[in-house]
Amino acid sequence: MAAADKPPVTGAGPFNDLLTWIDQRFPLMETWRKHLSEYYAPKNFNFWYYFGSLALFVLVIQIVTGIFLTMNYKPDAAQAFASVEYIMREVPWGWWIRYMHSTGASFFFICVYLHMFRALLYGSYRKPRELLWIFGMLVFVCLMAEAFFGYLLPWGQMSYWGAQVIVNLFDAIPVIGPKLAIWIRGDYVVSDATLNRFFAYHVIAVPLALLALVVAHLLALHEVGSNNPDGVEIKKVKDPKTGRPLDGIPFHPYYTVKDTFGVVVFLVVFSIVVFFAPEAGGYFLEHNNFIPADPLKTPLHIAPVWYFTPYYSILRATTENFMWVLAAGVVAMAGLIIWSVKSTAARICVAALAAVLLAGFFTLDPKVWGVVLMGTSVMIFFFLPWLDQSPVKSIRYKGPITKTAIALFVIAFFVLGYLGTQTVTEERTLAAQIGTAVYFLFFFLMPWYSKMDKCRPEPARIGSK
Amino acid sequence: MSDSSKPNSARRNLVIASACAGGAAAVGTAVPFVASMLPSERAEALGAPVEADISLLAPGEMTIFEWRGQPVWVVRRTKEMLDEIKKADSKVADPKSERKKSELTPEYARNEFRSIKPEYLVVVGICTHLGCSPQAKFKPGPEAFESDWAGGFYCPCHGSLFDLAGRVYKNKPAPDNLRVPPYTYLSDTRILIGEDKKGA
Ligand code: HEM
Ligand code: FES
Repeated sequence: MAAADKPPVTGAGPFNDLLTWIDQRFPLMETWRKHLSEYYAPKNFNFWYYFGSLALFVLVIQIVTGIFLTMNYKPDAAQAFASVEYIMREVPWGWWIRYMHSTGASFFFICVYLHMFRALLYGSYRKPRELLWIFGMLVFVCLMAEAFFGYLLPWGQMSYWGAQVIVNLFDAIPVIGPKLAIWIRGDYVVSDATLNRFFAYHVIAVPLALLALVVAHLLALHEVGSNNPDGVEIKKVKDPKTGRPLDGIPFHPYYTVKDTFGVVVFLVVFSIVVFFAPEAGGYFLEHNNFIPADPLKTPLHIAPVWYFTPYYSILRATTENFMWVLAAGVVAMAGLIIWSVKSTAARICVAALAAVLLAGFFTLDPKVWGVVLMGTSVMIFFFLPWLDQSPVKSIRYKGPITKTAIALFVIAFFVLGYLGTQTVTEERTLAAQIGTAVYFLFFFLMPWYSKMDKCRPEPARIGSK
Repeated sequence: MSDSSKPNSARRNLVIASACAGGAAAVGTAVPFVASMLPSERAEALGAPVEADISLLAPGEMTIFEWRGQPVWVVRRTKEMLDEIKKADSKVADPKSERKKSELTPEYARNEFRSIKPEYLVVVGICTHLGCSPQAKFKPGPEAFESDWAGGFYCPCHGSLFDLAGRVYKNKPAPDNLRVPPYTYLSDTRILIGEDKKGA
């Protein structure tokens, strides 16, 4: 719209003139309307819908506290540990800023996990929200990278050995692995060079990517509109006169107020942790990380921070014996797919892929497959929109099989998460192996059980029967 | 004037050609950035051998030296410890150190005890799984990770076990035996780690 045709801004009292001046030079009111005052969201958002805005809020906390930490932190193997202690003991309010940042990291993951679980409950990844889901997953992967790079910075024992183990995962890749690991570290061992580059990733590279992805995530959301606990599309039933969804309410003021309430409650909980339990019993800040990095000695008990432990358990569960379970799984899956698809070409492809995997299982080290399985356990989430074949979106209308499957998956996720914080024993390895099997069966069998499950019909509108 | 609804094929080809040239330039520009992340000459030069004095090492004890930023263990094994190694043959994955020989086990260590002199074990104390440094658990007896433990090393990261010759136990995440570095005896009590007789 040409600037001259725009109506003047009204309703902002003494600011009307200023806003009109801006609006004629910048799409101010258009953006405001499109994304807030006339962005219609379903009227039935519940508890689970707090975590998106909360994750955004934590991102702001991380960026602000991160900037202030950077003012005193030194990315140098000889000085890093001492500079963090300096922040903690001598920089005025430095302890508060650091605890906000370290607690923020854990709360970020809590918010993101609950946010993702919401999508799982209500089928929010289903058409037309596949791309929205993929952007979300990319944010999640970036977040993991951000947390991993950040964790090296204090240069404590856990920082050092955690980075050593994770970088060595790349070493397991056949052929290019060893060179790749050296390239990532910039040295033959984790060293000053590694610390310096991780600092660069942590404070600039990954945050930039993260911000860009968050913007893309929100744009995709506003293009397709939010899903809701009933899983019905509000855009299907619109007021014939205004064209507004009948089951929608404007994001502002309704959900801005709701989300502000969420932020207040969040801040109460967050502050309690920051002020009274910033280490959270070793879960948010690990005890061994208060010891400076020693390249000659691994701590007695090493475990990643809690948000990585489920995947870490899967890595540890992949031993030589487990390869037989994997092989059986691949054969069964191949059989199931071949039985389900009609096309001969697809059948041949599946059989060939299974044969390649089987050959690989018994020629390459189990270590390689541990890494593959760990990677798959994260990446598989990307495929959820296509694995879920249920006629309905929301758990409210899904049948008993799906409900049981989700319950088992959640249990497996927690069990794996717990085991990942513990040392290895034979019983625990077995438990982790069972957990790993349940974890993957949840995804791999989904195309079948989601289809055959007895679902109830979705209502035509929110709240109707 | 050309018809605006039909693409001009000469122009389109020029656009394609310049896009390709631009793409090639972009890839070329990435090379220096990627290369800048490789270890510098200085980092590469830090691999000098180290001299280790083992005169004070008591039987049954271990000491750690730093070589290339990595721990190198020297263990002075007792007669009982050597006997345990023989007994462990059936429990370890690669008793004769045949896997990745050239990388992990220099010729002079391709024997039962993986060492030049049976009494002294010299190995890089970095787990072949994902690079943690295992712990010395020399005392035989029941352990949380193995009910009938013969003594050796336990990796805290993912539970790999190694015997007193650095040989990995079967069905553990670590695929290979601990690496024996190139080393040579300068005298009975001094070892040079990082270089052997051939000057490798
Ligand atoms: C985007 C989400 C972010 C996450 C999840 C995150 C996570 C972390 C973690 C886990 C640590 C180690 C915590 C500790 O032991 O204290 C850390 C440290 C650090 N982060 Fe971040 N961070 C984020 C953003 C940022 C940003 C944007 C900056 C700078 C502009 C930054 C600067 C720092 C610095 C300087 C440290 C080292 C100081 C310290 O250990 O307390 N971070 N971060
Ligand atoms: S690093 Fe030793 S078992 Fe994984």
